[in-house]
Amino acid sequence: MIRKLLVANRGEIARRVFRSCRDAGIGTVAVFSDADADAVHSREADAAVRLPGSTPSETYLRPDLLLDAAAAAGADAVHPGYGFLSEDADFARGVEAAGLTWVGPPPSVIAAMGSKIEAKRLMADAGVPVLPELDPDAVTATDMPVLVKASAGGGGRGMRVVRALAELPGEVEAARAEAASAFGDPAVFCEPYLERGRHIEVQVLADAHGTVWAVGERECSIQRRHQKVVEETPSPLVDAPMREALFDAARAAARAIGYVGAGTVEFLAAEGGLDGSTLQAGLTADGSTLQAGLTRFFFLEANTRLQVEHPVTECVTGLDLVALQLRVAEGAPLVSGDASYSSRNHSQGHAIEARLYAEDPAHDWRPQSGMLHRFAVPGVDAEFAVPPAYGVRLDSGVEDGSVVGVQYDAMLAKIIAWAPTRQEAARRLATVLAGARIHGLVTNRDLLVRVLRHPAFLVGDTDTAFLDRHGPAALADPLAGKEIESLSALAAALADAAANRAAARAGGGLPSGWRNVASQPQVKRYGEMEVRYRIDRDGLHAEDHPDVTLVESAPQRVVLDVAGVRHRFEVAAYPGLVCVDSPLGPVSLEPVPRLPDPSAQLPAGSLLAPMPGTVVRVAVSPGDAVTEGQPLLWLEAMKMEHRIAAPSDGVVAELPVAPGQQVDVGAVLAVVDAGTA
Amino acid sequence: MTVLTSTVDPTASECVANREAMLGKLAEVDAEHAEAVAGGGEKYVARHHDRGKLLARERIELLLDPDSPFLELSPLAAWGSDYTVGGSLVTGVGIVEGVECVVIASDPTVRGGSTNPWTAQKTYRAADIAAQNRLPVINLVESGGADLPTQKEIFIPGGRIFRDLTRSSASRVPTIALVFGNSTAGGAYLPGMSDYVVMVKERAKVFLGGPPLVTMATGEESDDESLGGAEMHSRTSGLADYLAVDEQDAIRIGRSIVRRLNWRKQGPGPVTPYAEPRYDAEDLLGIVPTDLRTPFDPREVIARVVDGSDFDEFKPLYGPSLVTGWATLHGYPVGVLANAQGVLFSEESQKAAQFIQLANQVDTPLVFLHNTTGYMVGRDYEQGGIIKHGAMMINAVSNSRVPHLSVLMGASYGAGHYGMCGRAYDPRFLFAWPSAKSAVMGPQQLAGVLSIVARQSAAAAGREFDEAGDAAMREAVENQIEAESLPMFLSGRLYDDGIIDPRDTRTVLGMCLSVVHNGPISGAGGFGVFRM
Repeated sequence: MIRKLLVANRGEIARRVFRSCRDAGIGTVAVFSDADADAVHSREADAAVRLPGSTPSETYLRPDLLLDAAAAAGADAVHPGYGFLSEDADFARGVEAAGLTWVGPPPSVIAAMGSKIEAKRLMADAGVPVLPELDPDAVTATDMPVLVKASAGGGGRGMRVVRALAELPGEVEAARAEAASAFGDPAVFCEPYLERGRHIEVQVLADAHGTVWAVGERECSIQRRHQKVVEETPSPLVDAPMREALFDAARAAARAIGYVGAGTVEFLAAEGGLDGSTLQAGLTADGSTLQAGLTRFFFLEANTRLQVEHPVTECVTGLDLVALQLRVAEGAPLVSGDASYSSRNHSQGHAIEARLYAEDPAHDWRPQSGMLHRFAVPGVDAEFAVPPAYGVRLDSGVEDGSVVGVQYDAMLAKIIAWAPTRQEAARRLATVLAGARIHGLVTNRDLLVRVLRHPAFLVGDTDTAFLDRHGPAALADPLAGKEIESLSALAAALADAAANRAAARAGGGLPSGWRNVASQPQVKRYGEMEVRYRIDRDGLHAEDHPDVTLVESAPQRVVLDVAGVRHRFEVAAYPGLVCVDSPLGPVSLEPVPRLPDPSAQLPAGSLLAPMPGTVVRVAVSPGDAVTEGQPLLWLEAMKMEHRIAAPSDGVVAELPVAPGQQVDVGAVLAVVDAGTA
Repeated sequence: MTVLTSTVDPTASECVANREAMLGKLAEVDAEHAEAVAGGGEKYVARHHDRGKLLARERIELLLDPDSPFLELSPLAAWGSDYTVGGSLVTGVGIVEGVECVVIASDPTVRGGSTNPWTAQKTYRAADIAAQNRLPVINLVESGGADLPTQKEIFIPGGRIFRDLTRSSASRVPTIALVFGNSTAGGAYLPGMSDYVVMVKERAKVFLGGPPLVTMATGEESDDESLGGAEMHSRTSGLADYLAVDEQDAIRIGRSIVRRLNWRKQGPGPVTPYAEPRYDAEDLLGIVPTDLRTPFDPREVIARVVDGSDFDEFKPLYGPSLVTGWATLHGYPVGVLANAQGVLFSEESQKAAQFIQLANQVDTPLVFLHNTTGYMVGRDYEQGGIIKHGAMMINAVSNSRVPHLSVLMGASYGAGHYGMCGRAYDPRFLFAWPSAKSAVMGPQQLAGVLSIVARQSAAAAGREFDEAGDAAMREAVENQIEAESLPMFLSGRLYDDGIIDPRDTRTVLGMCLSVVHNGPISGAGGFGVFRM
């Protein structure tokens, strides 16, 4: 029996595991990097051990430190969560060698599945349908498009879609270099790329006594850059015969590798058959294709860990997958009566998960960092657990005041709606997301809501190209349009007025902005918007909103009557930020100081960091003459290098950064003085 | 606790008529206020804006705390004179960084913001308010100096403007000058006498004599910047303490100066929370009869002005033509004196004298609500000692040391104006409703008195009395006195601090009470000898 479990992870998954531990009476140990010293997961555990440093390689990716932490805290088991070392066979071996219980499949299974090339071979041998592997050197024009994949890759990293043959050699080279640096293994391979493929996976559970369950399938086709964004179960694509075939394949796959624990077998499905000739040829030659109606599916990879999207399965099945992981790790058999979970009959309703990321879909998915002033999701029925009835589940790694850094994955939380039908789940999830109070960071929330309300999504037309086809820019359009933004700015101004009155040291009881001789309105600026209003005995006079009357205003709450309809606005003010939430849509505003301090203003020609990152190289020195477009320095963020170039001819007046320096978004990187050119 | 009950029926025809009349007068006042706000008119406003400059009121709005109230003073100064309404100056009490300050801003769109006799009067009044109530003064300076053709009315008395600034400083009340433009010759002493001086780069121009005068005086050739530019004063002469890059920056610096004054009010704070009146201030429009000969119950006004309409009347059965009693207003305790039947008799006078002394005994500010035709005349009253009783009231009001606030609701005639703390009796603030009238006596009475005197004179001389001429004279005099007793005329001459909407009375008094508490609230230790 496990007494005390260390979770070698952070954020929401650490909290998720802790929840099941608490339910089981198992003690909990957290680890935390310096960046996570105040993170909620580190405070929630019974004990927490510091991992000095902030980067993953200094902390959560250090098996030695993790094992030391387990020993120091007296843990007798380790749960790896997902990501980090969760699929690292050496770590799993290290845990077992230290005499601790490893909550996961045997290290040998992890190793076998760690190589995608190897895994495909194993699966093909076991009769599981696979996509043909193409030799990068033998690919022809008729094979296009192809997907270049790193054998050791994961989470979408190291994947490249190539549509023109001429580009293939270069892309393969680049993929090799990236794979070598990211995973320490340069092996890459090619597969036919299915433009409208659908990502379907099957959750399996296996014990050490030969029982293998296929618990249910999930569809995770809504992806951005091969990163899942919206996941659901059951899949709208999968019908009963296909499900049976999928489950059979998943069980076969698990058995073939001697799987133990919770795992996921991922498949790529293509609706209505395939049209790539190579693909057809490959399948024919392979001879192991399973067909279910017109839809074929192919093994992609097996994930030897708990998936991010496991909550949807938990909702519809009522299972606690982490609890079952723990039981299996303790050597207990899966209770036989539960074997029926391999059948659809025992799952109830439909569950959809949305991953909330601190990233800006409108700007190339730039990761965001900074203070999350407020994070609240009204309407949540359960956290880290299945709601008692149909409802909303929240698995979150953040709370009010959390600081989101650049070192780790930008996922803030997962929000899951479970409802009798897919349409109801989508509606509920969209509404809950739209009403969530998320202050301080740009997120993909609006995009998630638009996806969940999209007609194509609602009819189940959800392939992996969904976001590209419907346009990330359009999908990321703010839920609150210009008119709502303007109305929200008015609400913000009136809340500010109420706050000013409440805080006034003198005359606080007098009417807001009272004048015996009125000459002009009160003016407040938010970004590009200017709110001009006056309050007198006849009420509110807002210049751009003649049909708006003020029903009530308080520092955090304003009710406006707009042409006879009352709307409620919740207003939260932070330094440099005002957030207005209403059923009309969330709005973030940047208040512009009435009287800016000239010394705080940036000199002309200032170059600001477009995103948080690390300065990798600096090509110039202060005093250097530069020409327009000349690269000055490079910033690395999210594994990409961004070139910072001179905006005009001139002289480098200031260069306050050095290679290796971490910078926040908006930090001044350089100042080019055009006047002295 | 005694909550007043109201018998006002706002739908009664009389109330509706009163209201209509009051709204008509308010519209006239609003039109005059708009005139003052328009300053030098569209052309000069546009020119000023084109120079990248802010108007006086725009500067003030930026200076004040957002959403805070601002009580403009003497907005109709110079009304009825040859000068632009407002007197090329904006003054008022506003809140800057939580501190109640007197703000004085020249209006450069009116003849370059130059000082005419009314500008000077308005400045004096603002300085008096600052001194009496212990308020920091912020001057927003951009003035062409004295209006030279009227220098005889400005030069000699105008010296007090600078005297007031340094006396304020000496009494530990800071003064601040934000110089946006010209501040030359005598005007140079505005920054010169201020504790803190901010000058706007390339805009402020502060010197005793400009280049032509210097050339004439000494033959030296010079320019504006070297004689009085902001940079020069900031770096060389030291007259400027802060150099602002632009107007907004000057205002920002001005606010930061006030923030660092560590200002503490010396009077007690209000008692909070307090209740709003139980009756609608809107009704105040219908309370004052169109004909001031018809009295009205001031309790209906009090019920719409004091906290919770809660008013403990003092001596209600004695001298009923004057209502006295205690209340709180925006949390500040006040004693209220309000005329009920117009006339002040001996009883009312003695009651007032007693009540004023009681307020002084316990440091309670007084509010005077005027609607009086004066002290009673007639044989019985003279023999009853109305003069000495009136004198007692005037003695008490003159020597009282608690703050007084006066509101002229209706009539304020004769010595009754004095006894109710008229302008000469230094109320901290005095405001008029549009329905107010103030003169030595009513126009008809005055014309009638003149007529009787003329008739007696004719009779004594044996001349035939010119009835037609007398009628014409009476009409002319009546019209003149009527016109000269109206609030706009009086406001133009700064005999009040402004005409207010009756519905704003509670707000105005609340603000004034808060303002007077910047200084200590302390009643008189003694009065003049009361003639018994």
